[in-house]
Amino acid sequence: MQTTLGPVLYFWPKQGVFDFYEQVAQSGIDRVCVGEVTCSKRRELNYGDWLEIARMLADAGKKVVLSTLTLLESESELSQVRKICDNNEFMVEANDMSAVKFLSSNGIEFCTGPSLNIYNAYTLKQLYKLGLKRWVLPLELSEKKLCSILQQAEELNLNDKIETEVFGYGYMPLAYSARCFTARASDRSKDECEFICMKMPQGIPLATQENERLFTLNGIQTMSGHCLNILDRWQDMQRLGVYSLRLSAHSRDVFSVAEDLVSAIQQNRSYQAEQHSEECNGYWEGVSGKDRNYREVS
Amino acid sequence: MELVCPAGNYPSLKAAVDNGADAVYIGLRDNTNARHFSGLNFTDQRVLKALDYARNHGVRLFVAVNTYAQADTWSRWQYAVDMCADLQVDALIAADMGVLAYACETYPEQTLHLSVQGSATNLAALELYQQQYNIRRAVLPRVLSLKQVQALVKKSPVELEVFAFGSLCIMAEGRCLLSSYVTGESPNTAGACSPASAVRWQQKSCGGMDTRLNDVLIDRFSAHEQTGYPTLCKGRFEVQGDIRHALEEPTSLNTLNLIPQLSEMGISAVKIEGRQRSPAYVATVTRIWREALDSYKVNGAGFQPDSRWMAELGKLSEGSQTTLGAYSRPWQ
Repeated sequence: MQTTLGPVLYFWPKQGVFDFYEQVAQSGIDRVCVGEVTCSKRRELNYGDWLEIARMLADAGKKVVLSTLTLLESESELSQVRKICDNNEFMVEANDMSAVKFLSSNGIEFCTGPSLNIYNAYTLKQLYKLGLKRWVLPLELSEKKLCSILQQAEELNLNDKIETEVFGYGYMPLAYSARCFTARASDRSKDECEFICMKMPQGIPLATQENERLFTLNGIQTMSGHCLNILDRWQDMQRLGVYSLRLSAHSRDVFSVAEDLVSAIQQNRSYQAEQHSEECNGYWEGVSGKDRNYREVS
Repeated sequence: MELVCPAGNYPSLKAAVDNGADAVYIGLRDNTNARHFSGLNFTDQRVLKALDYARNHGVRLFVAVNTYAQADTWSRWQYAVDMCADLQVDALIAADMGVLAYACETYPEQTLHLSVQGSATNLAALELYQQQYNIRRAVLPRVLSLKQVQALVKKSPVELEVFAFGSLCIMAEGRCLLSSYVTGESPNTAGACSPASAVRWQQKSCGGMDTRLNDVLIDRFSAHEQTGYPTLCKGRFEVQGDIRHALEEPTSLNTLNLIPQLSEMGISAVKIEGRQRSPAYVATVTRIWREALDSYKVNGAGFQPDSRWMAELGKLSEGSQTTLGAYSRPWQ
């Protein structure tokens, strides 16, 4: 089982991002996805900065992936994605079909992030023909659904050709909109946002009127209110044939989580999750995503 | 522009046809379509009848097979495609790459439209679907401003259809998991958003009403407020100490004012949302849009929406209010 650190989904200041990736370089994580995937207005780091980070990580022995924007609305955003797809140095993670188009036209192998809708192996087969090397299971699918997809993939002779990754830890990006909800919460429009999201490095919590934490607002993205943690299932996933587990950072806490997971994997023992009430695992268990089911690790 | 109207059952289909739809779109009675509600949609027999009625009146029939095919029940989507192709429906609306590939390879003559659930918001994505699956048309997600739609339509390799009126999805379609996060069912997996089976209306002793989705409080109405269906993105929540419609208010999309611009920029079709609505609703909305499009044909740039149309549409809207949604930058 490998470990992947997903792209940072929040807007952090430039120096903070560089410092964060310095620490990533020292960690035991195998693979790192870098780049802006949430909002094209977030330009603290330019393309050159991201490449610098990517090269620094590669020098530290990490496998590096450049991740692309998820929701594209303008031609300038399309050019931004094209530039990343044309980089010729690092593998690219497509988060929208536009990137799949650019990469497949260039005959370049690619991987896909969790927002690309792959719900069956016939879709996997289509993307494999276009150059897919590794995919991330959609967030809302369960262990059982993954089993069915992988069974179908076997029937289509795909299993040894594509690597499967599961989003295992972090706040989940659940929806994307033209509207910026962070700006809205501060009574601003998106065009006058003044990058207010930088003041909320972990997004803004949204709760029901009964004070139940429900979602997290992160710019145009609506995220889960609870932090996903299914790392205690890593051995089940390995048995299923999952190749890599993805962690998504909302703070430096991700490093202690990664350290525990990496040592569990190295010693081939179970991962002992601390049982936080603010964590969830419902999707993997086949129920509502926000739920937390307790089950003995098999 | 072609007027594409919704039908959740045969009476609605008749209402749409009789009131001037150019095309009607329907779904089958299972989770192969994104309005999988109990009591709604068409059995195989009914599709035949619908097709008959539409054909006899020179109206085109589209069938939406536009959810994401679940691996454990893949044959259901295959069957839906087979049936549409056998009946030679005027277009099959699909989103899933596997489904599109199956349709395109098995029935190369079948016209395919990319569903809004396919989340294609840009030129490169449209080109990919066109090159791989020979789609003839794509329905645009409700995330683009009018200027962005205009830029896209200029270069698009396929016809573009846009949403004109009805309930407003504020998230990019095909990429919204809010519903499954709370209820376990989403448009992608179950063809349902904020499903009725998870809804609870809770009358309060003081006269107000709480609305819940899988026990999660979505909104709390006082006695004098009009209550609304607990759609997740339209509830009132607490954010930074304020209780507000943090994502969106209960409102409907209405682009009647935009008819001249949409037509001039080259949009091929306007879509009315609402397969879950009543035949009376479908009849009224279809009639008004027919009148408006006909009036535009006669008056061209001098087109002025009739205030009576706007009042009637307003009454049929969620929360009795309408918006231009993402077409207007300030909304974003």
